[in-house]
Amino acid sequence: MRKTMTGLLAGIGLMWACGTSAQAQELTIFWAEWDPANYLQELANEYEAQTGVKVTVETTPWADFQTKAFTEFNAKGSAYDMVVGDSQWIGAASEAGHYVDLTDFFNKHKLNEVMAPATVKYYSEYPSNSKKYWSIPAEGDAVGWSYRKDWFEDPKEMAAFKAKYGYDLAPPKTWAEMRDIAEFFHRPGEKRYGIAIYTDNSYDGLVMGVENAMFSYGGELGDYQSYKVDGIINSEKNVKALEMYRELYGFTPPGWAKTFFVENNQAITENLAAMSMNYFAFFPALVNEASNPNAKVTGFFANPAGPGGEQFAALGGQGISVISYSDNQEEAMKFLEWFIKDETQKRWAELGGYTASAKVLESPEFQNATPYNKAFYETMFKVKDFWATPEYAELLIQMNQRIYPFVTAGQGTAKEALDSLAADWKATFDKYGRNK
Amino acid sequence: MATAVMTSLDTKSRSAPRGMSDIRIRNLFIIPTILFLIVFNIFPLIYSLGYSFTDFRASSNAPASFVGLQNYRALLNDPFIWLNFAITAKYVIISVTGQVIVGFGTAMLLNRDIPLKGLLTTLLLLPMMLSMAVVGLFWKLLYDPSFGIINYTFGLGSFEWLSNPDMALYAVAITDIWMWSPFVMLLSLAGLSAVPKHLYEAAAIDRAGPFYTFFRITLPLVAPILMIAVIFRTMEAFKTFDLAYILTSQPTTEVISIRLYKMAFQEWQTGRSCALAYIVLIMVLAITNIYVKYLNKVKER
Repeated sequence: MRKTMTGLLAGIGLMWACGTSAQAQELTIFWAEWDPANYLQELANEYEAQTGVKVTVETTPWADFQTKAFTEFNAKGSAYDMVVGDSQWIGAASEAGHYVDLTDFFNKHKLNEVMAPATVKYYSEYPSNSKKYWSIPAEGDAVGWSYRKDWFEDPKEMAAFKAKYGYDLAPPKTWAEMRDIAEFFHRPGEKRYGIAIYTDNSYDGLVMGVENAMFSYGGELGDYQSYKVDGIINSEKNVKALEMYRELYGFTPPGWAKTFFVENNQAITENLAAMSMNYFAFFPALVNEASNPNAKVTGFFANPAGPGGEQFAALGGQGISVISYSDNQEEAMKFLEWFIKDETQKRWAELGGYTASAKVLESPEFQNATPYNKAFYETMFKVKDFWATPEYAELLIQMNQRIYPFVTAGQGTAKEALDSLAADWKATFDKYGRNK
Repeated sequence: MATAVMTSLDTKSRSAPRGMSDIRIRNLFIIPTILFLIVFNIFPLIYSLGYSFTDFRASSNAPASFVGLQNYRALLNDPFIWLNFAITAKYVIISVTGQVIVGFGTAMLLNRDIPLKGLLTTLLLLPMMLSMAVVGLFWKLLYDPSFGIINYTFGLGSFEWLSNPDMALYAVAITDIWMWSPFVMLLSLAGLSAVPKHLYEAAAIDRAGPFYTFFRITLPLVAPILMIAVIFRTMEAFKTFDLAYILTSQPTTEVISIRLYKMAFQEWQTGRSCALAYIVLIMVLAITNIYVKYLNKVKER
């Protein structure tokens, strides 16, 4: 009996020892379930071929991504070595010590010169202007627009549009033009609608959509350094932008009250809408004839300008961070060193990933690779993002609570919604002692 | 006292040679369950009560500091939380009433000699055997304004069930009624089959009308078991999360458990969400107590 027990224990010990040595050669990256994660897995396979280190990209649906990631962080779990986390997480994750400080790595490789400035500012740096960095820009992304070229270029439609609005039908340069075009194509009797916008209020869908309008109207969400919000989030510019978003909602297909990236691509693939808002990361599916029967007649444009000529877009995308509780931090850093190399970034872009490398973005090769890369390049230099403070989730929920009833049901006025939001945000910042 | 009512150990039983007494066997079965309950239910319950008086956030490393009743005060003064409670109450009333009417009505229809009664009953029970998430996902398709079969069948055009803020809660309740009426039906059927036949015969001899028979014989005799169904369904409806979460994200369908989930796992306000969970628990306990008292009264009759 004793012999059997000793043998069993020795066996378990051996398995454990082998297990740990094998584990050091494996890395797990956590990300949301979408096409770029598949591209990253393909890239990681090439890393394995070169180094023998197996890298697995583990994914979960977007709706659970934040909850699942933070549950693991809070439990100080070592299931993941790296995470491609949302830009808004950076405050919460860095202040709680979930992310490894990458400032030295960043400075050593001069990443603030290598990567596009906006991606460094929003994906990597926290607090704002602190020169402390927590992630490497990985998947650059922003909101852009797709449209039906065949509808826009139909001579009959063009003539009718010119007769009605007095100018040529073309991809809109301003939000006012976009409103006219949406109105023009909105024909419920023909089951054809004007525009598809984000309205999902369960995470940041609706907020990102509204931000597109606010930023281009010259508005801001608040002062990210002093945490002042009153008079900024409820400014006249933001009120006008929110009213415009509400007006556009009137030209969306029926049942458009909980829509995000999936539905907005469907609006184009299923002949529902003339124009559709979406992240650039979802555009590869729109130029692929297997997933979009209208691929040949789908065009793209950058977020239009507001009445004052300002033109910005809401930032999507993520940076890759090393998790403090990982047992393989050294190995993870080696992967990042490989990931930031110019040739890797070039390959990342070829596979379908949206590189944040300024050099690759500026190359004509990249800009001509797809019909939307040029719009992406232009957009990435004029993006703005949501709050990245640790309490961003509360701010997001408060914004959803205040603006959703106005946008989708016309309850109250834009001014009332934004005034209430300013009060909510101020109370939240007071609670956490931010504006002292 | 407990040992006095126990039967003595059969000398031929397998436990006898090992010298296991009844008490030991009883303990062997009960103690693991009690330990399990203490570790996984009682301990977290007490632990979270402690957290409800702090500003603890599971997402940060900052130590929790005691804030007294601040969380409870803030929650009870938050108009959005009261709105969530009002939505939950409305949902419970619509959903449970609907389930009782449909479930009891179906049980009345089935409580007679009809061909294929057993098969029909089994088929009617199928909805409650499905997973909530699956039910939510396919009802979402049924309600779809563009291709949903409900609008097609009733000729409602592109009526928006889920994106219309005034309609969405009813749409969720209809789904819940569809899923859980069979549960009420099953319990009602058991109650109905237990009503002595001679009571109906006596009523027939006295020429009592169908309404009189229903309100004076059927309903009073089935009431206790129906009350049990109502208690279960009320508690469940009060805690509804899955269906409402999957079907729609309208503010008009944000029942209290969805708000609680967001507070706990999206905002990571752990202390405050513990306080909210306690408020919900107290409410459910209070409602259940009222029902149980009423149930005892009905039984006494």
